[in-house]
Parts: sequence; structure tokens; C-alpha cells
Amino acid sequence: MNTLFAIFFYFSTLVFVVGLLYRIRTYANTPAPLKIPTTPAPTTKGGVVLRMTREVVFFESLFKANLWTWGLGWLFHASLLLVLLRHLRYFTEPVWGWVVFIQPFGIYAGIAMLLGACGLWARRLFVERIRYISTPSDHLMLVLFISIASSGLLMKFAVHPDVIGIKNFFIGLMHLNIQSLPTSFALYVHLSLVYTLLVIFPVSKLLHAPGVFFSPTRNQTDNPREKRHIAAWAAQLESEK
Amino acid sequence: MADIAAPAYRIIPIIPALKPGAMEGKGPFVASDKINEAIGFPGHLADDWHDKAIAKMGDLLSKYRSLKVYMDACVHCGACSDKCHYFIGTQDPKNMPVARQDLMRSVYRRYFTLPGKLFPKLVGARDLTKEVLDEWHNYFHQCSECRRCSVFCPYGIDTAEVTMAAREILDSVGYGQKYSLEIIGKVHKIGNNLGLPAAALKDTLEGLEEDVKDATGIDVRFPIDVHGAEVLLITPSADFFAEPHIDSLIGYAKVFHATGTSWTVSSMSSEAGNFGMFIGNYEQLRTIALRIRQAALELGVKRIVVGECGHAWRVAYSFWNTLSGVGDGADPNDRFAQMLQKQLDHRYKQPTHICEFTWDMIQDERLVFDKSLNDKHIITFHDSCNVARGSGMGGYPGGQFDIPRNIIKAVANNFVEMDPSTTHERTFCCGGGGGLLTDDLIDVRVKGALPRMEVLQQVADEHGVNFMACICAICKAQFTKVLPIYGFDRKMIGGVHQLVSNAIKLGVK
Repeated sequence: MNTLFAIFFYFSTLVFVVGLLYRIRTYANTPAPLKIPTTPAPTTKGGVVLRMTREVVFFESLFKANLWTWGLGWLFHASLLLVLLRHLRYFTEPVWGWVVFIQPFGIYAGIAMLLGACGLWARRLFVERIRYISTPSDHLMLVLFISIASSGLLMKFAVHPDVIGIKNFFIGLMHLNIQSLPTSFALYVHLSLVYTLLVIFPVSKLLHAPGVFFSPTRNQTDNPREKRHIAAWAAQLESEK
Repeated sequence: MADIAAPAYRIIPIIPALKPGAMEGKGPFVASDKINEAIGFPGHLADDWHDKAIAKMGDLLSKYRSLKVYMDACVHCGACSDKCHYFIGTQDPKNMPVARQDLMRSVYRRYFTLPGKLFPKLVGARDLTKEVLDEWHNYFHQCSECRRCSVFCPYGIDTAEVTMAAREILDSVGYGQKYSLEIIGKVHKIGNNLGLPAAALKDTLEGLEEDVKDATGIDVRFPIDVHGAEVLLITPSADFFAEPHIDSLIGYAKVFHATGTSWTVSSMSSEAGNFGMFIGNYEQLRTIALRIRQAALELGVKRIVVGECGHAWRVAYSFWNTLSGVGDGADPNDRFAQMLQKQLDHRYKQPTHICEFTWDMIQDERLVFDKSLNDKHIITFHDSCNVARGSGMGGYPGGQFDIPRNIIKAVANNFVEMDPSTTHERTFCCGGGGGLLTDDLIDVRVKGALPRMEVLQQVADEHGVNFMACICAICKAQFTKVLPIYGFDRKMIGGVHQLVSNAIKLGVK
């Protein structure tokens, strides 16, 4: 079991990192031949950074669109971030001070994340329009997050596996040294689901995370009259004449 | 045609229930062999269409970051699902922006992603069949590329980009739309979308000079092909003959006259509209835009001013510099762009919107108005989608909202805003944009106008609004057609410069 989970760990991490870098490289290398910011848009680079920050941190556009989706979505993402940061304690020794500080908040965040994901799923199930546009994978993605959060919370509040042992296992993995993983069914489920998530990340809609940064309607400066913008393949057309 | 009726207003503007299949159908007329071949597209669907379509899709995915990112990034959150005027008006779920995108995304997933190749059902992927192609032809011509959905998408996914790509794929296999492609053929051949030859254009302008002389007693000129004029006016060709468009053209001429600006139109390049954008084809977009460059170079003008037209202003403001060098800030080694940019006067933004021009002149106190001449009008302003969400004015974010309103308030006493959830960047399309302004799409055009008509009714009831000003040739034509169907007077719609024309006092300064 130790070896199995170690192999899964390396494999899924590799797929995640390489896959994501590959996608990011594809986005970065694909030209944007025309200026298409959704206006009104910032006219300076600094303004674009601010717009993107508001989009990524506060989900500004979603806020304009629908308060329920925004509330549940923001709750889910902010909690997920806290939960992820909280998990840094399994990979660092000594644990950084700020990671120690956020530990209790991370637990509440785990509950909030579960509630957020359940709320989003309820929306998907019960709002006619959202149900219409949902594919099986959209439902499964939420089931995956709900299961990850539930199995994690189960270990925190009910089954209490040996967390010191778990930490030793992961610190070991980071030094290419396979330690024994404590026996816990909840833990096995939790880890398997997280590995699954890592593997499907680069080929699924989870690509919205890197994608938003490459969205031309959000990341372009609105200065088309002031500066000529031209893609390489489009400039080619000018030399052909 | 006779049974076209307006949908009922929603008592409270609630999100409509779904009516699957409500707008199923054949879509607009398919372009004939002759129309297709005239602009270099295959005449009709051939046996190898499937492979060619997929190859075209791959080509577009490698050329347009927007398409690539937007195919991947959607999480089906539904933020856009109630934002489209065609969805609100038709209740067809495939007119929800996300569902419209999914018509293409499902094919993208099948041919370009691993999960779609392995588990198509799971991720909603499907083969590109003739039925799917028909569905594209139908539903991608129920999108006016107005970008309202992109305002609300947390990733800025712009359905217009997807619609453009879909139409380009359809065109590449000879299955494009008659209306847009026929017009593109005309502009290449004659120089404007209406196919108005130079002689007819000259006659029209001479007639206008006489009309204005009769009405005002003043010799307002409508010059054509004048070498060395300061301003080249590029305006939608509808301004030359259609009602109410022509009243705005008279307004521009009066502003030029009153400010002593030498100007001209070009018979070779007598069209601001560029349907190349509607079909998403860069080469067509560029070739059409190059006519303006050519006219500017030949006539030796210092400024290029664009008349009231929504998508034309998006193309001019956002794309002209890229396509044809009309603008500023080209690299010193960029000979193509520098050739034109050296000629233009960069004390002014190039190109300039006619509203920017007029507003500058108002601020410089070079125009005099008698506002009472517009007192019969209680005016509201309809933001045109391409101006609101695809361009700017005045060099600052939101100038495109302020400047036309400032002009209206400078020339008229009675101005009322419509519901703020339907103006500025949240404005609703008129229902006829994006290449849909054709009689074979009248049903979807009428239904798509519903959200705008609802709030117009509101201000008509509450404030007695009897005039809706706008700055778009397509809005003007569309509303002239649909206003009566909703029980309004067709003359309610008009241009901002129509109001300017009413109130301007000539021969004062």
C-alpha cells in the first residue's frame, strides 16, 4: 500500500505539473490577432493588472451576473485556498509560522468548502437552465470535491488517523524516501480522490484557473488607436503584397 | 412573414422558463454558389466537408487565443445563461450563451481533447455530423455577437468569438449565410454594402445639398472625392439613402459646415460597415478595411472620421490600426503602417468618432444650438452593443457612454435614461446586429428585441419618451422594422446627429 500510494503521488503530481505547463505554454504561444477587451476596459497595463486582480480575487464579473452563484462560488474557492494552505503542514518541517496560524481557520474552511460545493451542486440539480447545460462530468466534478472535503473532515472529526505518520509519509516522499502510510480507509479514499483530481486537472474544465489569465477580453489593454497591435501571422499578410 | 408577432412583455422581468426546440429550424438562407465563389469560398457543401471543417477548426484554434482558451475554460456555471436577448425573447435553451458555445465546444472536445476522444458521453462531446452542422447554421445565426454575455462571464468568455469561428468554419465548407456573404461581395466590387455606384452616390449628395438649402437657406456642402480635404468621412452607406439614417448624415454635414472643416466622402470607399467581422474572417475583414486606407492615401486626408455605426466603430476603433494602419504608434520600421500614419494629424485620435468630433467642437464653443427645437422630443438613448462593449471614445474607459449623452443634453432639453440594467455595458442588442438584419431572420429579430422594447415601454409610460436616439445604422434599421410590431411609432428611432441637425444654428459664428 505504501508503494502504491507513493507511485500514485509521483505520477499524479507529474501529470498535473507537466500537463498544466503544457497547457499554459499553448495558451501563451497562441496569438491574439485582434484587440478584443470587453469595454469599458483599462487603458494602461496597471489598470489591466487591477482588473485581473479584481476578477481573480473577488470574481467581479460573476458578482455582476448572479449573486447566488457568486456567493457559493466564492465561498468554495476561498475555502479551498485556505484548506490547501493548511495542508502545507504535511509538507514542511518545521511548519511555517503563518501556516500554524491559519490551522484553525482551515478547519472552518473545510466545512465552508463542503457547503459551497453542495450549494453549487444543488444549483446544478435544481435550476432548470443550469441543469440543461450540465454534462455528467460537471456533476462528477462536484461529487469529487464533495467527497474530498467529506473524507478530509471525517478524518478531522471522526476517525482520527495518525497524522504524524501521514506527515512522515509525505516528508519522506519529498526526499524520495518511501515511509509507511498509516492504515486508514478514509485516508486512502481522500488521497485517491486528490490524485484523481490532479490527473484530470490539465484535461478538464479545471483549466479555467490558468485560462482566466489568458482571456483576451480581460487581459488586453484598451489602447488600439494609440499603439499598433499585430500578430505575426497577420503581419505576414502585409509582406505578401 | 405576415404572422410575425411580438412576444408578450414579461410582467416582472423574470428569467423565462426553457422551451427546448422553440427556435429549431433551417436558419437563414444558405449562400449560393455564385455568392460564395465571388469572395473565394467553396460554392457549396462538398463530400469532404467534415475533414475540411475539422481542419479549419484546428487552424482557428492555433490562430486565436480567444477561441482556444474559451473552448477550455468554461465551467458551465450558468452566469451567462439568462443574459442573451435571444434567449430571453425565444426561451430556446440553445440560445443561452453557454449552450450556444457548447454547440461548438462539444465538437472541440470530441476531436481535440483526450477525455472527449475516450469518453465522449461523459464530457458532452459529439461527432461533427451534418445534423450538427445544420444546428450550427441555425443557432450561430441567432447570435448578434453583441458580447453582453462576456460582461458577466467570470473568465470573460465571449460568445461572439465562438460564433465568428463557427461562421468561419461554415464558410470554409461552402455553408455560409447568404445575407452577409452577398454584402461582402458588394463591398469588394462596388465599395459599399448597398451596392450604390459612384454616380448614384454623387446624385444623392447633390440632392441633399438642395434639400438642406431649401430647409435652411444655407449652402451646406456634401463633398465627394475631394483631394486634400482635411477630414475623410467614412460612414455606413445606409446614411446615404435610408431613413432615419440620412438625417444624421445631414447632421454631420452641418457640424462640418458650422466649424469650417473641409471634408469629403470617398466614392471608392463609401462604407464604414465591415461584415468581415460578422463572419469572423480576418482576410475579409482586412481586405474591406484596406479600402479605407487606400482612400485616405489617395485623397491625402489628415483625419478619418467615422459616422454613426456600431460594428463599424468597433472595427474602426479596435481593429483598423491592426488591419490597415489607421491609428498611431506603429513601430518605426513598420513601413506599411508608417506610410499612412505619417500623413495623419496626431493631435487627434485616429480614427475619430463623429460624436467625439462634435463633442470636441461643442466644448470649444464652436457650435451654437437652439435646444428648444428638440422640445417635441422626450429622448432616451439606446447604447449600441459594439460601441458599448467593443470600443471606446474620448480616450478614457466609459467615454463611449458619456459623449453621445453629453451631445444629446447639449442639443435637447428632455433626456431620460432607461433601466440601468439595460444601458451602458449592460445594454441589450437591438436584435438585428451581427449579420442578422435580413428578412429571412425576422422572427428571431422581433423576439430578440423584447428586452429593449420592455424598458422602452417603461420610459414611454412613465416619462412620455417618444424618441430613442442611437448611434448605429443597424439599430436604426432594425428598430424601424420592429418598433411598429411592438406598437410604437417607427419614427421613434433616430440618430444622435439627427438631434444635432434639428437644433444647430448655422451662420451664427
